[in-house]
Amino acid sequence: MGISPVLWQFLVKWLHSSALFPAEASTIAPYTDALYFFLISISLIGLVFVTILILYFSLRYRRDKNPVATQVEGSTILEATWTIIPLALFLVVFVWGGLLYFRIYDPPPNAMNIYVVGKQWMWKAEHPGGQHEINALHVPIGQPVQLTMISQDVFHSFSIPDFRVKREVIPGRYSTVWFQATDPGTYHIFCTQYCGTLHSGMIGEVTAMTPADYKKWLDQSNSGMSLAQNGERLFASMGCNACHSGNAAARGPNLAGVYGSKLTLTDGSQVLVNDAYLRDAILNPSQHVTAGFAPIMPTYQGQISEDGLIDLVEYIKQLQSNYRIQQTFVTAGSNQASPTTPAVGTNQDSVKP
Amino acid sequence: MSSTATIVSLPDQATARLPKRSYLNNEQGLLSWLLTGDHKRIAILYLISITFFFFIGGAFAGLIRLELLTPQPDLVAADTYNKFFTMHGIIMVFLFLVPSVPATIGNFLIPIMVGAKDLAFPKINLLSWYLYVVGGIMVLAALVLGGVDTGWTFTTPLSTHYLNTHVITAALAIFVAGFSSIFTGLNFIVTIHRMRCPGMTWFRLPLFVWSNYAASLLMVLGTPVLAITLVLVLLERVFGIGVFDPTKGGDPLLFQHLFWFYSHPAVYIMILPGMGVISETISTFSRKRVFGYTAVAFSSVAIALFGFFVWAHHMFIMGVSNYSALVFSLLTMLVAVPSAIKVFNWAFTLQKGSITFETPMLYSFGFLGLFTIGGLTGVFLGSLGMDIHLTETYFIVAHFHFVMVGGMLMAFLAGVHFWWPKMTGRMYPESLSKLAAVTTFIGFILTFMPQFILGYLGMPRRYHAYPPEYQVLNVLSTAGATVLGVGYMLPLLYLGWSLKYGAIAGDNPWQATGLEWQIQSPPLTENFIETPIMDHEAYDYEWLEQKKKNEVTTVG
Repeated sequence: MGISPVLWQFLVKWLHSSALFPAEASTIAPYTDALYFFLISISLIGLVFVTILILYFSLRYRRDKNPVATQVEGSTILEATWTIIPLALFLVVFVWGGLLYFRIYDPPPNAMNIYVVGKQWMWKAEHPGGQHEINALHVPIGQPVQLTMISQDVFHSFSIPDFRVKREVIPGRYSTVWFQATDPGTYHIFCTQYCGTLHSGMIGEVTAMTPADYKKWLDQSNSGMSLAQNGERLFASMGCNACHSGNAAARGPNLAGVYGSKLTLTDGSQVLVNDAYLRDAILNPSQHVTAGFAPIMPTYQGQISEDGLIDLVEYIKQLQSNYRIQQTFVTAGSNQASPTTPAVGTNQDSVKP
Repeated sequence: MSSTATIVSLPDQATARLPKRSYLNNEQGLLSWLLTGDHKRIAILYLISITFFFFIGGAFAGLIRLELLTPQPDLVAADTYNKFFTMHGIIMVFLFLVPSVPATIGNFLIPIMVGAKDLAFPKINLLSWYLYVVGGIMVLAALVLGGVDTGWTFTTPLSTHYLNTHVITAALAIFVAGFSSIFTGLNFIVTIHRMRCPGMTWFRLPLFVWSNYAASLLMVLGTPVLAITLVLVLLERVFGIGVFDPTKGGDPLLFQHLFWFYSHPAVYIMILPGMGVISETISTFSRKRVFGYTAVAFSSVAIALFGFFVWAHHMFIMGVSNYSALVFSLLTMLVAVPSAIKVFNWAFTLQKGSITFETPMLYSFGFLGLFTIGGLTGVFLGSLGMDIHLTETYFIVAHFHFVMVGGMLMAFLAGVHFWWPKMTGRMYPESLSKLAAVTTFIGFILTFMPQFILGYLGMPRRYHAYPPEYQVLNVLSTAGATVLGVGYMLPLLYLGWSLKYGAIAGDNPWQATGLEWQIQSPPLTENFIETPIMDHEAYDYEWLEQKKKNEVTTVG
């Protein structure tokens, strides 16, 4: 009689391990959930109200009870009521939702930055210290983390449901999202934008750790080269330093301290130099010529991967002086296509070691 | 059962016969159907073809749910699964939902409701059906040749550069089917403007005509944008013109803007005619004029108008500027208001009515409940911060199925059951059809309610495999889909049965007021023997009583 104990055990275990509500594992999650519960409450009230209206009228005015209908034209007051009350509620939801949106998408200034590259079908995270991970992301709790993300092929979307954050990862454009994890643990990373065959395999795990554990992890996973160091190598091997040498006579603008500054272009417009600008200027230089320079830089479209671009951007970001460039120039001189470039030392005064 | 529990009054079955001459038997032979200019025959052609595609699309839905029964990717390969949901989407959206009510029920009824003999351009109407069929055959061709796996949204650069399936065939199919929709819309607009019978002022039009008019405006203004977008996708795929490709200086987000500029209004193309059906059925089965006729009429037009300015709410997480996201969120909240107005107006139409619960009314109640849930969850998604967590998950899948399937398909079935006696002259078995309505409602709730919870948990849409802790809810959803499948098969069986064995319906089995109910069932090819003169308001049940009394005295 009854259900077999094996099946019973299975069912109990199965139901017990099933999920009904996501964990609240970031500082944003409680804010999102508060709005969610507010929305659920007004929806339930609305739904119950409509259901009661329909049920009550159906019982009270069914044909058995009320054989002859009384014609009613309408009622301006009633109609105004059910225009204004929903409108007011919707406007509350709009304002609340807007505030939450800005909270989720405006990163705090002290956020640490991690790069994420999406490609069919994996997530590649790159920490500034050079730690690379595939389909995994290690972050410290209690500290804001900003992800600067880009796709190497199609649209992807980076989602951590337990943190209530998600952002489209777009080809050819940096997008950012930030969060601050609160509880150590592992949480799902999903790609939520359909991206081809193995879309449902583009998943991973974010591991939130205490700052001490995180530091330990950083040290253990060190690849020996930071992103900026990788960028420096690329800068030399691609010959960037030939023109961007920092010399007064150089054919390219000085890159030291350029990140975060306002730049005037040849068409007179002013731009803020950020990650996106640097990336665009490398790939599509003819559209981004600094005032006073000739449009001679070739495009690097198709010659450099998104990972490489991130390395270069990270390198330029940290470039406070041209000392290292000029050092590199000495060691990498044999790679230069143009032997007539002025040699090191002609502009010694611009070098501030 | 007391005799007052129903308003159905059928003629004496012993003596009743179908009319000797009607649009169905006016001409004989297959060619007389394939070359017809009669809007009623074209409506029947449409009804048969969209039913065919509905069940194909439904079969794919069944396969999707079957795969999702287990967390492992064990039923089919990933590519096959992707083809399943792409085909499900393309067929259901472009070949079922968009033409469903307008091209079948609208085609059949709009000329009759405005008191005209036919639509303004009968041959264009027939051409529209042929374009639909060509589009449909091309979709089937893409399917048979190996399928397509872009998703129904054809997102670039996936569709242009990264897939080697039959994208071109499928996109051309939708391009062609789009023209069928443009022609239908054009025909409706001209007919409603120019061919109303004497006395039929704009505010005497049945609300079904108003809502189809609003939907037609959207079809004519929106569909060309979809056509242009698909042509750009094709050019990009074949010649690499670089409109959307970032490596050539194109903008991949531009595609999304263009696509949703059509596809958001398309949602209203799908739902508005359904709302028209509900206005008719609720009025008829509560014997009352629709509460606030003008408000309901104008709310349709308001939805159509606002519907064009909310497309970017599909792109809140895609890096549109925060401030433009604010504007689109606000407009989205505004477009929700006319829908709320409609729901309350329908509910208050019941007040002081004399309500009966025939099958079309049960489907209409189903519509009210499910559409209210679908509409309210739309507010969740229109709210910026909430949308970040909910978009691209099963929450959004559940939301639009509540609106499109719970709303539109319920309305479509309400309409088919309501006007079936007019279209065929025969009634279907009442208790079986009520059972189908209830089964559909229960199956629907069971299928899609768990998906809201899955969505908040974060389960992404279009996933072939998922983490094991989501299984219980997926099993519930699949079980519901089974019930839902039974609910949809039942009407196919008993409506087919009724064609031969159903009771003779007579001219006006529901005692409804519309012009279509004052003529014989099934109607003559020319609809009216003499041009009708509209001398009363829409939904004037006192006029109907008066008319019946006069008939009794003159005939009897």
